[in-house]
Amino acid sequence: MDDVKPDTAAPSDRTPDTPRDPMVVIDGVNKHFGDLHVLRDINLTVGKGEVVVVLGPSGSGKSTLCRAINRLETIESGTISIDGKALPEEGKPLAQLRADVGMVFQSFNLFAHKTIRDNVTLGPIKVRKKSKADADKQATDLLKRVGVEAQADKYPAQLSGGQQQRVAIARSLAMGPKVMLFDEPTSALDPEMVNEVLDVMVGLAKEGMTMIVVTHEMGFARKAADRVVFMADGQIVEVGTPQEFFTNPKSDRAKDFLGKILTH
Amino acid sequence: MLDIIEKYDILGAFWMTIRLAFFSAIGALVIGTVLAVMRVSPVAILRRLGSFYVNTVRNTPLTLLVFFSIAGPYYILQISLTDVNSPTALVDNGIRWAIVALAVYHAAFVCEALRSGVNTVPLGQAEAARSIGLTFGQSLREVILPQAFRGSIAPLGSVLIALTKNTTVASVIGVAEASLLMSEIIENETASVTVFLVFALGFVVLTLPVGVFFTSLSRRLAVKR
Repeated sequence: MDDVKPDTAAPSDRTPDTPRDPMVVIDGVNKHFGDLHVLRDINLTVGKGEVVVVLGPSGSGKSTLCRAINRLETIESGTISIDGKALPEEGKPLAQLRADVGMVFQSFNLFAHKTIRDNVTLGPIKVRKKSKADADKQATDLLKRVGVEAQADKYPAQLSGGQQQRVAIARSLAMGPKVMLFDEPTSALDPEMVNEVLDVMVGLAKEGMTMIVVTHEMGFARKAADRVVFMADGQIVEVGTPQEFFTNPKSDRAKDFLGKILTH
Repeated sequence: MLDIIEKYDILGAFWMTIRLAFFSAIGALVIGTVLAVMRVSPVAILRRLGSFYVNTVRNTPLTLLVFFSIAGPYYILQISLTDVNSPTALVDNGIRWAIVALAVYHAAFVCEALRSGVNTVPLGQAEAARSIGLTFGQSLREVILPQAFRGSIAPLGSVLIALTKNTTVASVIGVAEASLLMSEIIENETASVTVFLVFALGFVVLTLPVGVFFTSLSRRLAVKR
C-alpha cells in the first residue's frame, strides 16, 4: 500500500443515486439460531467503493449479517455473492474468497503468539505467497499508515486496545481486500481510544474502500457513510442516506431507536 | 549393599528406562498430535476415529497393551521390528514392541492434553485466521497449534512423567529396565528397603527434573492475552 491520494471522491461529494457496480449482493438470506430467526429475508446490495453502516439495537442480527458475508456464520437460504462470485462452501475456494474480504473484529483477535509485524505479514506470506522481504516492507508501510510502526516488534498483549485494533485493520489491508467488514470495531475500546480507530476508518472510506460497518458510532455514520442500513429483529427496516436517516427516520422502530440514543 | 551395586548394572538398567521413555515419548507426541488434529477437524469421520482411538486405548490397561504387543504382532503374526536372524532378535523386538505399546498408549493422553490446550485458544483466533484466507491446515499450523502447544505444556509434562514411570510395565515382556533389575536383585539377594530406595530414588532423579523443566517452560512460553 502506497500513500496514494484518494482516487475517488469523498463520500460527501458523491451523489447517492449514482449507479455503482455491485460488490456485495445479499439476496433473500435467512438464518435461525434455534428458535430465534436472526436473519429474515435480508436483501442488500453494496456497490463498489460504497460505505454502508449497519445500525440497530443489540440482537437485531447486524453482527450475524456481517459475519455471514465471509461465511463465519453459515446461512440457511438465500445467496451472498462478492464481486460477482457466490460464496463457496467450505474448502480452498472459500479460503481464497476470504482473502479478498477483510474482517475487523470487536475483540481485535490479533494472533497472540506472533509479533505485530508477523501478524500483518502472515497472510501475505502464506496466502498471497509474497516473499518475506516484500511482506515486511508492506507491513512497515501499513503500520506507519495506521500509526503503530513503533510497536512492530511487540506482542499484541503489550499494546493498548486502540493500537491493537489499528493493527487488526492493517492486517486486513495487507491482503489487498476488495471489501472490508467491520464488526463493532470500537465497542471493546476505552472511550479515549475510539477516535484513533475511527480516524483510520474514515481515511479508508475516503480512499474509496468498499466498507460494511456494524457500529454504534453515530458520528462515524454521519461522517463516512454513503448509506445507513437500520436493522431490528433480524430484518432490514430502513435504508437511506445518513442525512435522511438521522433527520427524518421513516419507521417507528428507527424513530424509537434514535430517540433512545440521540437524547444523551 | 555396595557389593550389590557393583554386581548388578543398575545404571545400565536405568539407561534402558531412559531409552524406553525417550523413544516412546517421541512416538506418543507424534501420534498424539495427529489424533488431536483429527479430534478438532471439521471432518466428522476423522473426529469419530480420533475419539474411538482415545477411548479405547485410554481404557485399556497398559500391561495388557504391552503384553499383546509382543504376543499378538510378534509371536502370532510374526511381525518383527528387527532382523529376524540377529542373535538378539527376541530381546530387541521386546524393546521395540514395548516402545510401540508405550507410544500408542500415551498418545491418547498426549491427544487429550493437546485438546485441552486447543480449548485455551479463543475462538476468535481461528476466526481471524480464517478471515485472512488461511486454509484449515494453515490456521492449525500457524495459529491454533502453536498456541495450543504452549497452553498444554504443563499437562504434557504430567503425561511425560507418567510415561517415564510406566516404562516399568515393559518388564512384563522381559525388557531389562530398572524395575526388572530390582525384582531380580530382590529375588537373588535381599528384599531390603535399601534396594527399593535406590530404585525409587533413581526414578525421582529422572522425573523430578522433567516436572521442573516443564513447569518453567510453560511459564516462559505462556501466551499473554
